[in-house]
Amino acid sequence: MKRYFLHIAARLRVIAFIVDKEFRQIFRNRFMLPFIFVMPLFQLLILVHAATFDMKQIRLVVIDHDLSPFSRRLTNKFQESDFYTVMQPGFSIVEAETYLKENRADAVLNIPAHFERELVRQGKNTLQLNINAINGTAAGLINYYSTSVIRSFNQEIIIETIGGEIEEKLVDFSVPFSKWYNPQDDYKIYMFPGILVILVTVIGMFLTALNIVREKESGTIEQINVTPIKKYQFLAGKMIPFWIIGMFEIGFGLTLGRLLFSLPIEGSLALLFLCGAIYLLVVLGFGLFLSSVSGTQQQTMFLTWFFMLVFILMSGLFTPIDSMPEWAKTINTINPFVYFIRILRMILMKGSGFMDVFDDLLSLGIYAIIILSLATLSYSKKTS
Amino acid sequence: MKKFWSFVQKEFFHIFRDYRTMIILFGIPVFQILIFGFVITNEIKNVGIAVLDHSKDHLSNDLRIKIFSSGYFHFEGFLENESQIEESFKTGKVKSVLIFGPAFSKTFNEHNYLPLQIIADASDPNTANLVVNYTQGIVGDYIREQIDPYEMPMQIETRVRMLYNEQLKGVYMFVPGAMTMILMLISAMMTSLSIAREKESGTMDMLVISPLRPWEIVFGKVAPYVLLSFINAVVIILMGVFVFGLPVHGSLVLLTAETLLFITMSLSLGILISTIAPNQIVAMLISMFGLMLPTMLLSGFIFPLENMPLVLQGISYILPPRYFVDIIKNILLKGAGIEFVWKETLVILAMMIVYISISIKKFAGSVNKVQP
Repeated sequence: MKRYFLHIAARLRVIAFIVDKEFRQIFRNRFMLPFIFVMPLFQLLILVHAATFDMKQIRLVVIDHDLSPFSRRLTNKFQESDFYTVMQPGFSIVEAETYLKENRADAVLNIPAHFERELVRQGKNTLQLNINAINGTAAGLINYYSTSVIRSFNQEIIIETIGGEIEEKLVDFSVPFSKWYNPQDDYKIYMFPGILVILVTVIGMFLTALNIVREKESGTIEQINVTPIKKYQFLAGKMIPFWIIGMFEIGFGLTLGRLLFSLPIEGSLALLFLCGAIYLLVVLGFGLFLSSVSGTQQQTMFLTWFFMLVFILMSGLFTPIDSMPEWAKTINTINPFVYFIRILRMILMKGSGFMDVFDDLLSLGIYAIIILSLATLSYSKKTS
Repeated sequence: MKKFWSFVQKEFFHIFRDYRTMIILFGIPVFQILIFGFVITNEIKNVGIAVLDHSKDHLSNDLRIKIFSSGYFHFEGFLENESQIEESFKTGKVKSVLIFGPAFSKTFNEHNYLPLQIIADASDPNTANLVVNYTQGIVGDYIREQIDPYEMPMQIETRVRMLYNEQLKGVYMFVPGAMTMILMLISAMMTSLSIAREKESGTMDMLVISPLRPWEIVFGKVAPYVLLSFINAVVIILMGVFVFGLPVHGSLVLLTAETLLFITMSLSLGILISTIAPNQIVAMLISMFGLMLPTMLLSGFIFPLENMPLVLQGISYILPPRYFVDIIKNILLKGAGIEFVWKETLVILAMMIVYISISIKKFAGSVNKVQP
């Protein structure tokens, strides 16, 4: 029994030596530290502000051919709203179009001549709203906001003109809603977990991948291959430093998010770090796998970059996964980002417990096993 | 000049013999455009919605069917009581819950409103907003169908025209964005890596003591990548046009010229990075971190720049992507000529000149250091 333990201890000692060597190599390069820690966090802090679909300022050109009390009041209604910056450059529709073309305005509202008179006489009238729709989402929101302003203006003048008794007949179109977990629509706390995952992944995957290829390229891997170090010891020794760095970064990132953006942490931190630990195994395993299928640092970088780009864009960070076509959802099965971003958001914002994230956690676990075995297998083939 | 050409030739050999990198370089744009075109959409489709119906009368049934037949939502089943709402949100499958109040049709007929409420999981604020907006739209249409239009006086109708992109396709945003991103990243990363590689393997010293002048080395390094990136740009635009029906309203000559200008600018940026970076890993880290996320987020192609905090808008002005995205959008979609984009063009040109002159200066400095 004692011999058995000594045996294991000796093997672990070998791993510890490699870990020690790796840490020395990482930290001796004066460029590495700032890149691993400072730059990603700096980015995290800046870029979370970038992600917002809110329309804060809609630049609206109003062409008022009517110049009646009604049309002025409608214009005022837009002016009063915080969402709009109203411009009234004149009466020329052509000029208004150049505003759109030169991107000086987002939408043009055209109030026809005799708008008020016709509205009262005929019982209806039409306004024309032209929206720059190159950004489809923004255009949809502009449409939505603007028609609600016009609708509420409409209700107002109906009640005023016809009198109070009509009010009972008017149908209330509004549907009340309440938003849970993030009532202020704070995009920062929504984006923060996602960007943190990206940064941790990018660093982990690249550094592990490049690390081994670098040894290949410079030939030092041959020296390790002729030592009695076993393959698993070598791979473990390569992974552990980056795993520690990754865990540290998750913790550091969350602390910053908590302090600077009051990021909610509703759920259990222990669960979060457990998920993080398994997720990092997947990431590092992926990195190892990529490094074993490529020969030079440049190839590794491009391979990693390619997967990273595809994974990030499909991760549901920017756009909802629900809306993606089925084949994309199938590809997403091998997208580690998807699982961890979802887990992180659920634990942080909704306080989901172990059973809620169990499916995703299980998938990550299986993924880790598969990718690590693949990495080990393809590595040993190369060196045998 | 002959020396210069043989140097360019060497660079071409270097690049084209590494077929794995070549496949990735040409595969990335194709993949990316496909992903952008088919996967990245800000529309909602099949969002999971659960229903808590307190009345279950014909009107609430009717409205529910109407809401779910829109295709935006996926029915995740009925809930029994309020306490299940939180549970269903926590598993992450249900994104919103619709609550139909008691006595649904009676309330509508007698009090002129629908006792309907939306509870949205706003941990994804974007989806939550879209669900709320879309549901309100559907419900509004439904109410309009139910009531007698004759009873409503003085109706203002708003006719909306979506200019430049009538079907609100996401591709119109993403093709210019993806093109910028790919050109920027591939050009900058490729050049910075290739120079750093020569430094790392020590062959840079050989180049330095060769009779080539510093600017010849710099331009020779850049030349093959201009070609590569340009092929990529053409592939992206062709795919945009033939796969996604992207319109080309503007002049192709202008588009080509602007693209070449942008490529050259990115390459000069790559050279600048490589003069700073001592080895490939550092060069890669700078171009990845310094360029990838900022290009994605600060070029205005996923998130509109106008809504960002002023500091970020300020940063976006010193990064090249936003100018190029503007140029491409203006030329392709609005058919604008040079008179609309000359300012952006000048900015990119200025950036290019700054990058090139700094790197030639730095490079010449390192040459002098090596020579005794």
